[in-house]
Amino acid sequence: MADFPKTADCVIIGGGIIGASIAYELSKKNIKNIVVVEKNTVGSGSTGRCGGGIRAQWSTPENVKLAMASVKRFRELEEELASVTEYEEGGYLILAHSDTEMNQFRENVLMQKKHGLEVEILTAEETKKIVPLINTEKITGATWCSTDGSINPFLINFAYMKNAMDKGVSLFTRTEVLSIKTGDSKITGVSTTRGEISSPVVVNAAGGYAGFVGSTAGLNLPLTPHRHEILATEQVNRFFRNMIMSFEYNIYFRQVKDGGIVGGQTNPGEKPGTEVNSGIAFLKEMSVKLNHFIPALGNVKILRQWAGLYCMSPDAQPILGEISGLAGYFHACGFSGHGLMLAPRVSVLMANTITDPSFSDPDLERLGIDRFEKGIVAHEKSVV
Amino acid sequence: MKDMKIICRCQDVTEQEIVDAIRKYNLTSVDEVKRLTRAGMGHCQGKTCRKLVEQILFRENGFLSDEDTWSISRPPVKSIPVKFLAESEEPFDAVVARGRGGQHG
Repeated sequence: MADFPKTADCVIIGGGIIGASIAYELSKKNIKNIVVVEKNTVGSGSTGRCGGGIRAQWSTPENVKLAMASVKRFRELEEELASVTEYEEGGYLILAHSDTEMNQFRENVLMQKKHGLEVEILTAEETKKIVPLINTEKITGATWCSTDGSINPFLINFAYMKNAMDKGVSLFTRTEVLSIKTGDSKITGVSTTRGEISSPVVVNAAGGYAGFVGSTAGLNLPLTPHRHEILATEQVNRFFRNMIMSFEYNIYFRQVKDGGIVGGQTNPGEKPGTEVNSGIAFLKEMSVKLNHFIPALGNVKILRQWAGLYCMSPDAQPILGEISGLAGYFHACGFSGHGLMLAPRVSVLMANTITDPSFSDPDLERLGIDRFEKGIVAHEKSVV
Repeated sequence: MKDMKIICRCQDVTEQEIVDAIRKYNLTSVDEVKRLTRAGMGHCQGKTCRKLVEQILFRENGFLSDEDTWSISRPPVKSIPVKFLAESEEPFDAVVARGRGGQHG
């Protein structure tokens, strides 16, 4: 590893998908000496623990637009980054279990279509055509978007980082940020476990730890990390390619390319915190639900379970861009469990706003931290 | 045929694939190798390949990261069929009712 730098033009805190993608997009701009500091290793936090789903079926226009633009980028990235990422548009099936829920989904679909998303409403019978082994007993209908899909989180994270490093970005792993240094209402650098770096620009892409990192610069960010558990089964013949989600029954699962089923839920009563341990209650509840929705999974064995952090913001939408009164500080946090799928677009917006003070984009502005003072924008409801 | 030497039998990962990943991304730990190649993610959870991956890392890098000691095996210790736990737990409706309304995410 290279000597630890004393100065940088930009320090990015976090080597997950957000930090890596911003580093890559910034490296394509006229900005030199970009340093990424990562507490552990690349993708060791939320990115490497997520389900790998990519969807544009959201309930707020901001998320729909960011996700649609990200899908467009995902299509280019394998070639641009010269890396296999296992990107696949297998679709997302979102299940409805009552007429009330179906009506909510109809509203979402109207809004999504207005923004150009190709999404349709399915009956229970049509749902069964997409996943023939699904049990439709408690399914009223579903929404279906065939351009939603999935990616291997590790591969895309490392691909972004590798390409950023090839363009001159320095990465320091196992380097924890102790505090962000400020003075005269501006950023002056960061203090880390390996020394201090002076820098006029700092990007907070610290995932579950973004609230803590921000607090060292005197910021009180409305972020709470929550543990989310997830499991993987042994590999079996692939019988569906899409993600299956139910908000009502609190579950999401998909069959990854190698045949394993990967799925998770939001644990009832989970308290905020940064623990990422695993529990038996999760395993039992997931088993009941998987066994119900796909009875054929009954004999399939669960191999592994693990957990990661959702960094929740008050409206379940990311917090992006600068903050008034602290020049050089940029947020890229609060993704509320959806950082991977929004990263390709968010990183482009972030690189633009960091390098060009006059850059303006309506989505970026609506997702600024000042939205909470101005009155919260619509809360994202489509979250498991 | 050195490049066909299997290191992780569960996930069918060869020595060459592991060496390539270490060199391409400057990997220093078993966890990173696991994430990129899937070595250690299968049925045995790295019981046999973990030590082999450590040896390859040592050979490639000339050192072994201290952090390697906490590369962990995931629960459950032994794989279990979905229905085994499903049948011992409460009915579907009781389970999902507990998850409703408690969602923060």
